[in-house]
Amino acid sequence: MKPKLILEKKAFELTITRLCYQLIEIHNDFSRSVIIGLQPRGVFLARRIHAGLSGILKKQELKLGSLDVTFHRDDFRKKELIPNATEINFIIEDKNVILVDDVLFTGRTIRAGLDAMLAFGRPNDVELLVLIDRRLSRNLPIQAKYIGKTIDSVASEKVKVEWRETDGEDRVWLVEQETINSQDVKKSDRLNE
Amino acid sequence: MTKLKTKHLLGIKDLDKEDIQLIFSTADTFKEVINRPIKKVPSLRDTTIANLFFENSTRTKISFELAEKRLSADVVNFSASGSSVKKGETLVDTVNNILAMKVDLLVMRHPNPGAAEFLSRHIQAKIINAGDGAHEHPTQALLDAFSIREKYGEVKNKKVVLIGDIMHSRVALSNIFCLQKLGAEVMVCGPTTLLPKYISSLGVKVEYNLKKALEWCDVANMLRIQLERQDIRYFPTLREYTMLYGVNRQLLDSLDKEITIMHPGPINRGVEITSDVADSKQSIILNQVENGVAIRMAILYLLAGRTDQ
Repeated sequence: MKPKLILEKKAFELTITRLCYQLIEIHNDFSRSVIIGLQPRGVFLARRIHAGLSGILKKQELKLGSLDVTFHRDDFRKKELIPNATEINFIIEDKNVILVDDVLFTGRTIRAGLDAMLAFGRPNDVELLVLIDRRLSRNLPIQAKYIGKTIDSVASEKVKVEWRETDGEDRVWLVEQETINSQDVKKSDRLNE
Repeated sequence: MTKLKTKHLLGIKDLDKEDIQLIFSTADTFKEVINRPIKKVPSLRDTTIANLFFENSTRTKISFELAEKRLSADVVNFSASGSSVKKGETLVDTVNNILAMKVDLLVMRHPNPGAAEFLSRHIQAKIINAGDGAHEHPTQALLDAFSIREKYGEVKNKKVVLIGDIMHSRVALSNIFCLQKLGAEVMVCGPTTLLPKYISSLGVKVEYNLKKALEWCDVANMLRIQLERQDIRYFPTLREYTMLYGVNRQLLDSLDKEITIMHPGPINRGVEITSDVADSKQSIILNQVENGVAIRMAILYLLAGRTDQ
């Protein structure tokens, strides 16, 4: 199967802008809300959402953090897991947390994220924002509140999100697993989740 | 590079540069974890670890135990005093009995060089060497190099001098291997009687004059005089040793640069180092202790997390 383009540059940008306005509808001025991106690939989306919101709201002090869930994953010993940095320089006690990830697949990363987050306090409310929702592949009862695009895909396919920061252009592809060469897999080894 | 090339951690000898860098980058994330309000992650909740200490230890034992607990492992402790070792049980028998109780990983300190290596040939479980006689103490060397990296950004091309009882020190040997693998220049300094005869064959510089050594180096790692391992008297008196090889404030102030002082502990204050130096801002002795927990968490995580078990 040839890689299928799900989101091209223009639609990508529109989607992010729409997600920002959806967030503003619920969170108003974000005075009690924080954004946390899940490492490694959710962080790109979280930064983009953060930049978008700062632009629209003309506010610089929106809180943004990144959370690594490696130590809380349930597939430890099934594959080699290398941790990334966690940077949360604020407490989330009584805050409304918006968890951000690029692709929602089995829901296991989010489950680990909910666990990992508890080390930083007890949030008032947690919501999930994803760019791509692979709605037929869930293993756990986890749903996103804000969704960039919903797709139907089978397990043998992979969603590959490209970011202009690392890949030159913002795009999302649906590819057969075999067509991703090993180097790509290494670069974004958890692009599926 | 996502996993260590070795199944055990017996010595720095068995690691290569990539292994060490993987341990460091993993330790970076654990350092962040141990500075959180909740310092615990659940990664090793299905792992049981036995700490076997056939020789006394404070820092290393507590450091390993904290590292294990912060990874949520189950921990059992064993020390040779008050055990059946005194009744004549062999090392392999003792360890096999402990393993029969379903222990996954061993951390062992033993007074005999090569004890960990020997054990790894006879048992199935993974082993971390927490010091074997005057041979190796790999986790100490890793945390020392990690502390230098933290202070200077990298270890490469840094000049490190190890001062004191090189002959009886496992810290010295592991440090030499580790620092050299990371591209640092290493010097040893001490009285002739406490430097092994062929030490320069390891590629280290040898210096007998403390002042010259300090002038050369960026980092000075002070080692303790290991009286418990010395079978004969290697120098006339401790007072004379202190006069020639003890680092004090006056000596540090006479240098034209500010060097970093390290010490693996336990410190003999007033012998190899004076109190005002040990507690000064040039000293990173307590940073070393903090980093020790992060480094040991990284090693436990990387060894216990291997997929090929």
